[in-house]
Amino acid sequence: MREESRVQFMQGNAALLEGALAAGADFFAGYPITPSSEIAELASRRLPARGGIYLQMEDELASMAAVIGASLAGRLAFTATSGPGFSLMQENLGLAIMAEVPCVVINVQRSGPSTGLATRPAQADVMQARWGTHGDHSAIVLCASTVQACYRLAARAFQLAERFRHPVVLLADEVVGHMRERVVLDREEQARGARRRMPNCAPDQYRPYQPEADGVPPLAYFGSQYVFRVTGSMHDERGFPCADPENAARVIERLSRKIQDNAPEIWSWSLWGTPEPEILLVSFGAAARACRAVVEEYTQKGHSLGLLELETLWPFPAPIVRQAAARARLVVVAEMNLGQMRGEVRKAIPDRIPVLGANRFDGEPLTPGDVRRCLQESGEKSC
Amino acid sequence: MLRERALSYLVTERFPVFWCPGCGNGVILGSIARTLARLGLERHQVVVVTGIGCWGKADDYLDTNAIHGTHGRALAIATGIKVARPELTVLALMGDGDCATIGGNHLIHAARRNVGVVAVVSNNFNYGMTGGQYSATSPPGATTSTSPYGNPERNFDLCALAEAAGANYVARASVYHVRLLDRLLMEAFSHPGFCLVEVLSTCPVYFGRYNRLGGPAEVMRWLASVCVPRERYETLVAQDREGKFPIGKLVERRRPPFSERYATLQARARQLVQQQPPPER
Ligand SMILES: Cc1ncc(C[n+]2csc(CCOP(=O)(O)OP(=O)(O)O)c2C)c(N)n1
Ligand SMILES: [Mg+2]
Repeated sequence: MREESRVQFMQGNAALLEGALAAGADFFAGYPITPSSEIAELASRRLPARGGIYLQMEDELASMAAVIGASLAGRLAFTATSGPGFSLMQENLGLAIMAEVPCVVINVQRSGPSTGLATRPAQADVMQARWGTHGDHSAIVLCASTVQACYRLAARAFQLAERFRHPVVLLADEVVGHMRERVVLDREEQARGARRRMPNCAPDQYRPYQPEADGVPPLAYFGSQYVFRVTGSMHDERGFPCADPENAARVIERLSRKIQDNAPEIWSWSLWGTPEPEILLVSFGAAARACRAVVEEYTQKGHSLGLLELETLWPFPAPIVRQAAARARLVVVAEMNLGQMRGEVRKAIPDRIPVLGANRFDGEPLTPGDVRRCLQESGEKSC
Repeated sequence: MLRERALSYLVTERFPVFWCPGCGNGVILGSIARTLARLGLERHQVVVVTGIGCWGKADDYLDTNAIHGTHGRALAIATGIKVARPELTVLALMGDGDCATIGGNHLIHAARRNVGVVAVVSNNFNYGMTGGQYSATSPPGATTSTSPYGNPERNFDLCALAEAAGANYVARASVYHVRLLDRLLMEAFSHPGFCLVEVLSTCPVYFGRYNRLGGPAEVMRWLASVCVPRERYETLVAQDREGKFPIGKLVERRRPPFSERYATLQARARQLVQQQPPPER
């Protein structure tokens, strides 16, 4: 990046890469797949000259594995993929969760299941990003709706990964990944580069799974003075296998609580239109763009309509949703799937408030018309 | 002396080892510890990557850096580590299931890339950990817990596979041939690029029992009887080679390892970017 050109007109996928670089990312391993391939291509172009590494692996199982290895060797490591590849990554995403290895996985969503509509957008991996790998666990999942957000959240993803010693999934979709918008490549993002919480004890005292007060254990790297072991098997604080039920319960609980208990630190969202509106839209990613247009149109006409746009999908920001819906008599969740987030919103707010869905799952982007139609069909006379 | 130094690389507090009586894994573990000691490698400069299986538990006993990962993925993890930090000595310890079967794709690509990882494969001809099912190295016709009527599949020659895929160093020994194993590991640990040492091993509890090979001692004798020094193996006619394994050093190449190639690429990229930054998308 030439220094003079901080304001750019750029593709979402390119901004995702720039955000990663701004955070200090220096290792990419991946396997090309539409609509994420530009990230791999740009990584192959940008990383080597900066001393970074672009590694094209034989598949996404291997990509995720190599990312974990590189992170343990002290690199800020990431990969980018879409549905079929994201499915293959679930195995080693679980390893990253259990072994507590920070890394970033970008999933530019496309229509599924399986090969589906390979070049068309969807937001149907919301639940896979939460529960795709087996076993009890928590997840950190972010979602970008603009090219600027791609840049900002990519950098943020690395900060959160290192902060919580946890893999972070950053969702985009074909619309956001391929659209071009103005983006400011903010130098401050660079100053906020992701940093690892290294142990500061004597090397022979280091226990790779001994948590600090916030539930997160410091992580050294292979090759440092700290000799340590990590594992995907149940383990004690030294990383040795341990079948003691009390220990297992403690580990499983900590892995979830280190995220849940610190969730407010992870949550980010934005509010549009009428504050504490009578009709609340909840959305994220590309679908939120359609909602914004509807909010503008309706508020101009004097309706009490607002949008809560979620950037953090998991841990689910239930208190934020509850707060935004405090005066609502109707909530509409707009998403490009059959209603994956709607259930979460339903759980978060009082039963008396109806929660409807504005959904699209035909491989086409959700439009303002889709949201408008939902409002009109809701029986809301004012709409 | 060597014994003490070798022991210093082992987590002896976790002894006795988890493996069954008569299992060959302890022999391989000992040979690895001696090799680390002979080379005087520093513990923090060594990373052991294991898959899942009986041999996949070897990292429990090695006092180095370690990651115990997922079944079949050890080489992909090891690739990430080695490429990220080429100065580390990276060992991938895998069973035949791990390396040749579920992880077969990672094996051929690690060899093709010639990434500087030493793969030490404990080939006990079956999936020991899960109760002795057949793997990609179980001989055709062999009885296992999932081939009660005989294995219908042909087996891989793991060393030939690694050679064809591009490995820089390939060798085979058995847990009966310990001195040979020590020598081959010394060579592999000091050789740049991808190195694979296949160690034929005993699993008296499953493979031995299902195939009526007898107790641990008899299984060891059987193993000795199927191993033929490479030079002699080459003089055998095809018919006599059936069921036999050439042992010794099989391949020694000097192709540049991945990290060397990548460093060159990085230098070229740096130069090009300075001359003319690539156009932005
Ligand atoms: C993805 C996956 N599939 C299956 C298993 C079950 N499993 C654990 S170890 C193993 C086979 C191990 O065989 P091998 O690699 O030869 O090692 P050995 O136990 O013989 O040393 C299998 C099938 C698993 N852990 N993960
Ligand atoms: Mg085996």
